[in-house]
Amino acid sequence: METLEFRFKAASATPAAGTALCGVVGSGNLEILIRPGEPADTCQVSVRTSARGFGRIWEAVIGEFAARHPVGGTRIDINDMGATPAVVSLRLSQALGDYTGGAR
Amino acid sequence: MNAPHPSGPGGWDTRRQGRQRRLERAAAIGLGRIVPAARVVDLLEAVIEPGDRVCLEGNNQKQADFLAESLADCSPERLHDLHLVQSVLALPSHVDLFERGLARRLDFSFSGPQGGRLARLVQDRQIEIGAIHTYLELFGRYFMDLTPKVSLIAAQSADAAGNLYTGPNTEDTPAIVEATAFKGGIVIAQVNELKDSIPRVDVPADWVDFVIVAPRPNYIEPLFTRDPAQITEVQVLMAMMAIKGIYAEYEVKRLNHGIGFDTAAIELLLPTYAADLGLKGKICTHWALNPHPTLIPAIEAGCVESVHSFGSEVGMENYIAARSDVFFTGADGSMRSNRAFSQTAGLYACDMFIGSTLQMDLAGNSSTATLGRITGFGGAPNMGSDPHGRRHASAAWLKAGREAGGADAIRGRKLVVQMVETFREHMAPVFVEQLDAWKLKESMGMELPPIMIYGDDVSHVVTEEGIANLLLCRSAEEREQALRGVAGFTPVGMARDRRMVENLRDRGIIRRPEDMGIDPRMATRDLLAARSVKDLVRWSGGLYAPPARFRNW
Repeated sequence: METLEFRFKAASATPAAGTALCGVVGSGNLEILIRPGEPADTCQVSVRTSARGFGRIWEAVIGEFAARHPVGGTRIDINDMGATPAVVSLRLSQALGDYTGGAR
Repeated sequence: MNAPHPSGPGGWDTRRQGRQRRLERAAAIGLGRIVPAARVVDLLEAVIEPGDRVCLEGNNQKQADFLAESLADCSPERLHDLHLVQSVLALPSHVDLFERGLARRLDFSFSGPQGGRLARLVQDRQIEIGAIHTYLELFGRYFMDLTPKVSLIAAQSADAAGNLYTGPNTEDTPAIVEATAFKGGIVIAQVNELKDSIPRVDVPADWVDFVIVAPRPNYIEPLFTRDPAQITEVQVLMAMMAIKGIYAEYEVKRLNHGIGFDTAAIELLLPTYAADLGLKGKICTHWALNPHPTLIPAIEAGCVESVHSFGSEVGMENYIAARSDVFFTGADGSMRSNRAFSQTAGLYACDMFIGSTLQMDLAGNSSTATLGRITGFGGAPNMGSDPHGRRHASAAWLKAGREAGGADAIRGRKLVVQMVETFREHMAPVFVEQLDAWKLKESMGMELPPIMIYGDDVSHVVTEEGIANLLLCRSAEEREQALRGVAGFTPVGMARDRRMVENLRDRGIIRRPEDMGIDPRMATRDLLAARSVKDLVRWSGGLYAPPARFRNW
């Protein structure tokens, strides 16, 4: 088990829901919870993962996501069971879509 | 008048004489056309001679497994230095032949599960490998310099005269028998049953010398069954991109799919996502493909006109027989497959091959060879190549040719698509600076690295990050950045030149899902026409009978 903490500057998100939960904690998968956070221009991310030693890739995957989407003013908690970056990116998109009320 | 030809030391018919000698040895020990299973070793030791080229029939589907085990039980004092020329080295008994000193040399196409043992044999110098071929290439050599002296084949049933019925899994049998029977060779068939009459004659009796009823039916692997329950949302996303960004744009009608879950996802999106895009009848109408159960929904929805198969698939027999407009079937109703002809269709008659790989380098070369294993590639090098002999035009072939060679291109191009997630399980990156194949070449003393599909044949690479169109690249540097640009968060992907990748995106060489109007959030399993094996059975109206290991109800 490894816990990773990241903070990224990002444009502010406009929440439609108080929280959004996406995915499941199963092999090769992960669970993402998005909630309001402070400050409004920052996305705080906490990752708990079963796979140790991939901090740099997590930072790149979430950093890329934060650069492309307005996720400021959120706190994102991730429980991971060895999801690949492809799955992480897809779940982040889905979770943010639910949080901001975008069409699914 | 021509001078009379000088004859060889034994005359002009030494092969025929050799054949006669072998048949007489068998007759001398009381063996006729129908040989009891208990005397199989006697037969093999009588008709095979040291140094013979022997073909043991088997592919990734049916196997002449009884004859393979029996050959391995023969005495290495009687039979040695055999040269095996066969599609696969897949059974433990195939490897036993080398470990027990019966066989010395091997020409083949695919070793799959025995890849590790084969690599050890090579390192211990217990085997000489002539070459690792693609199937059609090996079949070709049966008719040139690798003609078998003795072929051991598998069929479903025989009649008393020795006519053979292969059942739906005809596979390699016609190519092997033709090469052997018409060049003074001996053909021995194992059959599951002897019948008074057989449903149809797949191999005529006078091409077959001996028939043995095996103690158990020949093994058939259900290699092409993919459980829809295991298809991931990332695979759905990549399938959406492939359909919208490649199939639709090139109007791909004639194609072959690999056996992975990535292409199974495409098959299951044809009646849903592709049909919603108005593509029914415009794409994927004609196939060179084994009867994939995951194609059932597309067939039932009327998306598919024709499927010719390399072999059959366990459990699909009744479905195939009931869909004779789609599949190739005999007057008896059951399917007739033929690997040589289907591979020919895959080479010349298909506009697209799409499959997956374990590794790809920055030139687009791909390989499934990994350290310590020699697996070969079966049909992929054939179908995943652009045949320069092709002359007929199609919309897909012309468009690809013009993208590669400009508007004045005098020939088209086959679409050769590689579809991969950037990481495999255990975070192994697919995109690499150098293929393991190069290290394998060194450690195995091979003349060439075992590359499955050459980079210059690859037209598109699909990953979860997008599609790279290599046809439009105009330099090696552009190709490299196009591949880095879809390589995600692998070390190769993170080392991309971001400015150049954005430039390639502006030129349409790299396309992201959003560039194709695809919202990744729409990529859910709900889009799959079937989400379980049971769904496939339901689609088939109960005609598909999946093997027990795929039934969980």
